[in-house]
Amino acid sequence: MASVSLTVNGEAVSAEVEDRTLLVQLLRDHLRLTGTHVGCDTSQCGACVVHMDGRSVKSCTVLAAQASGADVTTIEGIADGDTLHPMQQAFMDNHGLQCGFCTPGMVMSAIDLLKRHPGADEATIRRELEGNLCRCTGYHNIVKAIRQVATAG
Amino acid sequence: MYNFNYHRAGSLAEAESALAAAEDGALMAGGQTLLPTLKQRLASPSDVIDIGAIPELANIESAGGAVTVGAGTRHADVAGSAAVASAIPALAALAELIGDPQVRNMGTIGGSIANADPAADYPAAIVGLGATVNTNRRAIAGDDFFQGLFETALDEGEIITSMAFPVPEAAGYAKFPQPASRFAMVGVMVSRGAGGVRVAVTGAGPSVFRVGDMEAALAGNFSAGALDGISVSADGLNADIHGSAEYRAHLVGVMAKRAVQAAGG
Repeated sequence: MASVSLTVNGEAVSAEVEDRTLLVQLLRDHLRLTGTHVGCDTSQCGACVVHMDGRSVKSCTVLAAQASGADVTTIEGIADGDTLHPMQQAFMDNHGLQCGFCTPGMVMSAIDLLKRHPGADEATIRRELEGNLCRCTGYHNIVKAIRQVATAG
Repeated sequence: MYNFNYHRAGSLAEAESALAAAEDGALMAGGQTLLPTLKQRLASPSDVIDIGAIPELANIESAGGAVTVGAGTRHADVAGSAAVASAIPALAALAELIGDPQVRNMGTIGGSIANADPAADYPAAIVGLGATVNTNRRAIAGDDFFQGLFETALDEGEIITSMAFPVPEAAGYAKFPQPASRFAMVGVMVSRGAGGVRVAVTGAGPSVFRVGDMEAALAGNFSAGALDGISVSADGLNADIHGSAEYRAHLVGVMAKRAVQAAGG
């Protein structure tokens, strides 16, 4: 068993988990933070994207033990109380979701991409979303939502 | 995936002793290849030794006409390195084409070349730029490192520590990605420098290879046009549902020309 201690959404958490436990399993099954989704479980679809020490990662392809000591932020940790994060608000404003399954990962990837590419243009946004799949094919409004935040900043 | 014992190594020495003590140990840096492999139960190591957080393995240094990249350097950090971008922009550009942003935030250069996937990008950089692979035991010439499909010159217990890339006069990388996986259907690194001209191809064969006819033609005339009429045999090249060996052989010529153009030739 592995003892893991990390910060999740600003709170210190500890758990005893099997060594093979994935970060996404720790988040969903142990901490009950089910906003982070598992889509493909093969590091392709991006539904499981969270931030680890400020970088977007696919939590289905990171061990919980690898994340021990890290600062992790999930979709549950970005709103300010009842006020949505600007990226969440932009997805709402632009109808950037249909079934919503990919949305947590899309939002977390989008926040990271604008941190690295402030004011990103449409082509940059589309290229940077390479690791996130939307099965509803709702990419157009997702890109519009991210552009809204990019141009507001 | 089957269970294993996880160890996090804080130093190279710790990694060496954990590996030596393990019944069947596997090194993991970013885990972007190992974890999917374990999930598919294609491997079942007794112990996984995490070397992804060893500070001494994650430096980038530019000095004495070479850029030395620590084995634990993440793809995103190679792509975003000012030192790499100014000395060998083709290497930064190659790193930016690996996987997707989230994979680049975890995967490492040392892990990529130790795995020696036939369609990985970095092997083209190691051979195409004439790099040297440094391990905890010795220095291995890039030309001797890759020995076949997922086969390298690494011995049991040997750990890659860094790669030293001589700074070329000009270099360019062109890749035709497999659209689903983003691995290279064909990727070509071309460079011109003190060691002459190098043309290294990944994705097309079981392992990265150089194309002597193209190197000779470019040595006399470093321009895309110099490659007109030079073809690569399809014998022994990879074939799958994404493309035949003949298709890949043709792509080698197309990507080589684009790589020369990217290098300013």
